[in-house]
Amino acid sequence: MMPSDAIQETVFEVRGLTKVYPMGEVEVQALRGIDLTLYRGELVVLLGASGSGKSTLLNILGGLDTASSGQVLYRGRDLTQANERELTSFRRHEVGFVFQFYNLIPSLTARENVAVVTEIADAPMSPEEALARVGLADRLDHFPAQLSGGQQQRVAIARAIAKNPAVLLCDEPTGALDSSTGVRVLQALSDVNRELGTTTALITHNAAIADMADRVIHLHDGRIGEITRPVTRRAPSELSW
Amino acid sequence: MSPLQRKLWRDLWTMRSQALAIALVMASGVATFVLFLSTYASLMETRERYYREQAFAEVFVSLKRAPQSLAARIGELPGVARVQTRVVAPVTLDIKGFSDPVRGRIVSLDEHDASGLNRLYLREGRLPDPARGDETAISEIFALAHGFRPGDRLTAIINGRREELRIVGVVLSPEYIYEIGPGAFFPDHQRFGVLWMARKPLANAYDMDGAFNDVALTLRPGSPPRDVLERLDSLLRPHGGWGAYDRHDQLSHRLLSEELRQMQTSATVFPVIFLSVAAFLLNVVISRTVSTEREIIATLRAFGYDRLAIIRHYGALVLLIAVSGALIGLGLGAWLGHNLAKVYASFYRFPHLDFILPAWVMATALLVALGSALAGTLHAVGRAAAQPPAQGMRPEAPPLYRQSLLEKLGLGRLLAQPSRMILRHMGRRPVKSTLTLTGLAFATAIMMVGHFQESAILFMIDTQFVRSERGDMTVQFAEAQSSRALHEMASLPGVLHVEGFRSVAVRLRHGAREYRTLIQGIEPDGELRQVLDTRLQAQELPPQGLVLTDHLARVLGVVPGDVLTVEVLEGARPVREVPLVALNAQYLGVSAYMERSALNQLLKEGDRLSGAWLSVDPTAQQWVYDALKARPAIAGTAMRKTEIASFLDTMAQTILYFTSIATLLAAVIAFGVVYNSARIALAERGRELASLRVLGFTRGEIAYILLGELGLLTLISIPVGFAIGYGLCAYLASQFTTDLYRIPLVVETSTYAFAASVVLVSTLLCAFVVWRKLAQLDLIAVLKTRE
Repeated sequence: MMPSDAIQETVFEVRGLTKVYPMGEVEVQALRGIDLTLYRGELVVLLGASGSGKSTLLNILGGLDTASSGQVLYRGRDLTQANERELTSFRRHEVGFVFQFYNLIPSLTARENVAVVTEIADAPMSPEEALARVGLADRLDHFPAQLSGGQQQRVAIARAIAKNPAVLLCDEPTGALDSSTGVRVLQALSDVNRELGTTTALITHNAAIADMADRVIHLHDGRIGEITRPVTRRAPSELSW
Repeated sequence: MSPLQRKLWRDLWTMRSQALAIALVMASGVATFVLFLSTYASLMETRERYYREQAFAEVFVSLKRAPQSLAARIGELPGVARVQTRVVAPVTLDIKGFSDPVRGRIVSLDEHDASGLNRLYLREGRLPDPARGDETAISEIFALAHGFRPGDRLTAIINGRREELRIVGVVLSPEYIYEIGPGAFFPDHQRFGVLWMARKPLANAYDMDGAFNDVALTLRPGSPPRDVLERLDSLLRPHGGWGAYDRHDQLSHRLLSEELRQMQTSATVFPVIFLSVAAFLLNVVISRTVSTEREIIATLRAFGYDRLAIIRHYGALVLLIAVSGALIGLGLGAWLGHNLAKVYASFYRFPHLDFILPAWVMATALLVALGSALAGTLHAVGRAAAQPPAQGMRPEAPPLYRQSLLEKLGLGRLLAQPSRMILRHMGRRPVKSTLTLTGLAFATAIMMVGHFQESAILFMIDTQFVRSERGDMTVQFAEAQSSRALHEMASLPGVLHVEGFRSVAVRLRHGAREYRTLIQGIEPDGELRQVLDTRLQAQELPPQGLVLTDHLARVLGVVPGDVLTVEVLEGARPVREVPLVALNAQYLGVSAYMERSALNQLLKEGDRLSGAWLSVDPTAQQWVYDALKARPAIAGTAMRKTEIASFLDTMAQTILYFTSIATLLAAVIAFGVVYNSARIALAERGRELASLRVLGFTRGEIAYILLGELGLLTLISIPVGFAIGYGLCAYLASQFTTDLYRIPLVVETSTYAFAASVVLVSTLLCAFVVWRKLAQLDLIAVLKTRE
């Protein structure tokens, strides 16, 4: 345990979380009892193989999905008891998402894709500023189809951080990208985490990425295997795979 | 403009061809709705105003002759408000350059008439000078049919004397909105016209000086017409009254009312079908289009957009499409309605047409358009937003496919893999497949309705003029004559066969129900008039008793075996009890038939005839006509082929005008359904198909998978559409049942073929468009992104 734990502010507190999906005719047990605490400002990597339940966990943390049982507290508020409207408000004001396949709206430009979020946020940065933070100041008026995969993902990051969220949740943000492009994306995430103090949870199945984290949570078959702490947190530019 | 608004406009632009197809479907539905209801409302309004302004009378009666002094006594009858007496006479006209027989009716104009009833509306020229016997005003429709203008001349055979008349005015009368000759089923404006002359010279020519033979009157508010009719009848009986009748039985008013009543049926049935089909399609298409945005909806929700915001966004998109469709429909409907009302106004002569588009019609059309669009959006967005956003962004769980019925039956071995895909895909989404199928079936059905009316009319003509009325000419005697008159006609060169008939105006009563009509006395072994039974086979008239048209029997509530009271409205006006012995079927008009000698017996008269049917050598028809026209004993002659021709002409203009519009709009709907189904299928399955292309399938092979389903649905929808279409035709036929005509339920092979062809051609056109779109599938994108 870190000595500083006692004074660190708890953001998420997860207790006994399970999730069962119906998939067609079979049921998939995605989470089998997760206990976890996330602290303010840290960058956590959720590491696990495909099907280990990491995306499910992230989705439930972000209010994108509901739990089958257990409890998720966000700053003391019980998300598992929240209704649809409260979850929407939670996502709108607290959380930024980055998805593996970007999920940009194809008919909107980079700037407009970011504006979709800043429009409904309380105290957002401008779309231009958000895009500048991810190094896309010169791509404001490009449509998704005119951007490379890495650029699209950085637009997605800009979109996620533009509202100044308390939490940034990233699901395999480099999963569809090559190594050098991926590093640039991770750099953007790391910068945001450091400069804005945004609590960041990042999913990957790529162990090399774990070295940029404060803590690494290993998931296996719907359970937390172990929680490790890299000896030194490395800059993304030092990573490669 | 907010980014979501931009997305809206760009999405709209991207889906412009689909949006256009949807808008046109909506426009078709709304246009039909507006067309019929506005036409109906306009004609009702126009007629009411015309009746009011020209003081159309409420009760009418014709008689043989009564002294003018009787007019005052009529005016004193309880319940009578204003009285107008007239001289009305049948006339034969001779028109230069027109060889067919022309019959007319001359009505007197009295400058001393204080009643102000049945005022003429002067369209052109002036009214005849009261002192001159050689001036006439003619009805506008008759003038138009012959190109007459004030100043032109025509010859009238007035009481057997040829008179040269000068046309001084062209007029309209509320009594002749629907101008139709006596005994004719349909208007023929070249061969029948109404003329007005100054009363004094006309009365002189007909020996009616100081007398009258026609009365029109209005009632005091609140007086029951029935009492007035009875008092009037007993007052006029000694003067040869023919039985008074109210507006309900006034020919022009009744025909117009029947037409308006039918139009009201059309105005309910057609628009309701069209608008429901359009609304239904819009709903389906919209909900499926929105469903293809599942991922974007989930993403927006992930960013904290609530359901309402998303519904607002898609709702705006859909409303833009639906509202533009509805507005196009309103404009188109109003334009078509205005034209249709003009077509009707050319049959029914109105001084002016008040075209009105009732506010409730516009409001309803808009509400249905918006309502169905919004319902579709709510449904789709609701479904897409119901699941947690995480699930929306995840690739859908591999949909659960099952072996199709054919495969379960062991026929799967006969099918190649792509064919199995088609069957399983349809089986997996039965609701979607059923909706597409229903839409296509309705398109087929609507088209059948349009075509059905055309074939039904041809069938009516065939039944009436080929199988039942087989003579070439009908001759009407001025007074009943003995059968000696037949020999004279038979001796005319070119006349092949002559059959006499007796006809007499009667009132048939059964219990509280009554009906004014003619009893036709027919020779039992006659050739030229067949009385068809209810299976449309020629039947022999029983030697005694009455045969009624089945529709008339229903109106009177009688079945064979019942006894009717027959009140003769001519001569000694006997009242008799006569049994109903059989029913006959005919589609035009209603009739009562008896064997001729039995009718003579009923009238307690000898061997008397009212007229004759002639079969004439086609080359001699004109000559025979001219020969008959010259005889004063003959009141009128009608040629069958001209009756058929004018009938066709009338029908062609009215019914076919709107059925062709209905057919066109149905074709738009068919195309809209097929096109949208194809485009949505492409959107939904683009990735799957692109993956197959990556695996080495050719464009033809994936086109087969995509279009095969649509083709199969189209093929299945056609027989379903036939069944729905037949049902709609049967419903319409049951609604178009009036004294004037009944539409037979005749759905011909060509009707089925036509409807199926339009749907198939639409499908082929859409298949072609989709085929070209398939060439643009992005194969690399499939490899790069998930699913």
